[in-house]
Amino acid sequence: MKKNSKNNFSRRKLMKSVAAAGTVAVMPGFVNYSQASSSAPIRIGFQVHRTGIGAAYGRWYDRTTQAAVKIINDSGGINGRPVEIISEDDGTDPKRGAEALEKFANQHNCDVAFGTLFSHVVIGSAPRAGELKLPYFVVSEGHHVASGMLNRYTLQPGITDVKSQVQAMAPFVKDNLGKKVTMVYPDFAFGHDHRDYFSAAFEARGGEIIAKVPIPPTESSFSKYFPKIPRDTEVLYHVMVGPAVLTFVKELGEFYGSKGPKLFGFIDSVEAVDLNTPGLEFLDGSYFWEGNPRYAQDNQTDHDQFYRSAVGVDKNGASVSDPKDVSTYAHMFGCWETLHIIKKGMEESGYSNVKDRSKLIEAVESMKNMPLSQAHPQGAKIFNGKTHQTFGHQYITKMTNGKLVLAHTTSIEDTFYPDEVDYTKQSF
Amino acid sequence: MELGPYLLFASLEGLVHAAVLSLIALGLSLVFGVMRIVNVAHGEFFMLGAIITWWVSSLVSGNPAIGFLLALLVVPFIVGITAVFSDWLILRHLKYDPEATIIATIGILYIIQQFALMTFGPDARPVEQPFNIRLDLYWFGFSAYKFFVILSAIILLITIWLVMTKTKFGLILRATQLDSEIAQAFGIPISRVYNIVFGLGAAIAAVGAVLIVPIQQAHYLMGGEPLLLAFIVVIIGGLGSLKGTVAAAILIGMSDGIISVFFSPNIAKILATLLVVVVLIIKPNGLFGTTKT
Repeated sequence: MKKNSKNNFSRRKLMKSVAAAGTVAVMPGFVNYSQASSSAPIRIGFQVHRTGIGAAYGRWYDRTTQAAVKIINDSGGINGRPVEIISEDDGTDPKRGAEALEKFANQHNCDVAFGTLFSHVVIGSAPRAGELKLPYFVVSEGHHVASGMLNRYTLQPGITDVKSQVQAMAPFVKDNLGKKVTMVYPDFAFGHDHRDYFSAAFEARGGEIIAKVPIPPTESSFSKYFPKIPRDTEVLYHVMVGPAVLTFVKELGEFYGSKGPKLFGFIDSVEAVDLNTPGLEFLDGSYFWEGNPRYAQDNQTDHDQFYRSAVGVDKNGASVSDPKDVSTYAHMFGCWETLHIIKKGMEESGYSNVKDRSKLIEAVESMKNMPLSQAHPQGAKIFNGKTHQTFGHQYITKMTNGKLVLAHTTSIEDTFYPDEVDYTKQSF
Repeated sequence: MELGPYLLFASLEGLVHAAVLSLIALGLSLVFGVMRIVNVAHGEFFMLGAIITWWVSSLVSGNPAIGFLLALLVVPFIVGITAVFSDWLILRHLKYDPEATIIATIGILYIIQQFALMTFGPDARPVEQPFNIRLDLYWFGFSAYKFFVILSAIILLITIWLVMTKTKFGLILRATQLDSEIAQAFGIPISRVYNIVFGLGAAIAAVGAVLIVPIQQAHYLMGGEPLLLAFIVVIIGGLGSLKGTVAAAILIGMSDGIISVFFSPNIAKILATLLVVVVLIIKPNGLFGTTKT
């Protein structure tokens, strides 16, 4: 077996590496990281849904992440050190997700792991992150972080969770659309959060959920589920994920035409889908929850403008290089914001190597107000260090002439609910 | 929804399902019947048909019907040639040994699937329907294109049946199926027949893919479920029996449609699998299968 390289590090090798470092330092465009005690990069393991049912999200999470890292590195990196992203495809699969974390910790020597969206992958990976003592920053929306199901090493500081989102939607649906709701949702953890927390919040306001229609997230044809929607439904609440979302909305339009109930959907049902696809005309006039409005609105902030152009997204939420390549705009800001939070946490804790991981977590836990800024282009947020979950504004847009136009913005307080866990009491 | 329209909707959904399923299963059954090999990669030829349909239709601008018709002509041919090539490259060297070909076709399955992932990518991509007409049936709407799918499948099945029973080519296939050694003794070039049949089986599945893609989108993982259902159909109908395959496809497709609508799609799959068990116990050769002497 090879000996530890530290022991046979010769003088010649040392000279070589000094010379190499010197060459790099004088190269044009090289950002000066000289303030740092070590200029080795901060390595962030990026668990990405490159394949499997989350691939469309993965593609845009990747673009957002690369854009954010470029901004961070161009302005001097973290603690004077450049950031390096190590990507691993998890196949949108919990088992592979856990394996990716293992690789980050043991093979790639990553400082932290980050990026996962699909809730079953988060739930499958987080226990391993706890065992590996690897800080795991998820961008998932699931209520599993704040519910207390996970551990001290798993945090969700850059995106709000489903429980807070649906709770803020319930009054709007009840007051503007109707009292009798049928819910259509994907049959796994993320959909169950919708089922449980929306129905609770809606019924608490005097509304009624008259039917619940779960659909497997791997389903490819949906018509057969629609007859289960009762005729007296006033509002159809729909949320769907996976590669077949376009088929889902198309078949919904085929089934109802213009005669159906009013529609309130989570943008997930049409995320990464071109809304001008033939067959989607029936969506006009329907409402959507959006984490971040896909179309640039009249009241667009400078921060959204900056973020949008940095990632390469046009005014309609599609790629600047291909108007057919529609982004997952309502979700992907979470990657941008999370990376900025990791930067801030590392700077506040004076993070230098993996031994400081617990200091980093404590630094993030102590964060509270995150004002609207370049680091938080989606809007201001309030982070709850005890539950490891962030809270923020939610947006409701109305489909008007093929575009989603902002109809309502909730306050941050609308999304609050009592704490269900205090992770800070768990030991590292 | 009231019971009558509910049943009508379920039956229509079931018929669309049965139409496509019968084409996929027929391809699988043909290959098994003539070559006596189990083609595990069959679902991937179906998937390949779907993604090439997307590719062909995205090349043609203008009316989506033009791209669709072009795909209907070109796609089965390309998929058929791919299958012929994989038979020529791999299967014939294994002398069509039943066990070895299962392993080999599993390999082909992964090669096609990963090839699709590398070229086509991980996203589901839509193909526009050749005509976008919604029929309003009062209680619910139904796409006119879905009726077209049912009709096309019926026409194709009749054509295949005519070819099998009325032409010399069909006679050669049936002779090879009955006893390949005797057929060879009568001068039938068995290896070439095998080669063509493998291509034909894949091409028939590809036609099913061209028909379904405007409804379901093309995706690199779409081959798994049809393969499973096609196996169920072929086992229930009797391996190698054309009539049995079609009958079983209608049975499974309709029951899947109706049970999915009234209960849940999972129960439909459970019942279909149970039906396989029952058929295997009572009639081990399938409903229409003949005992080999």
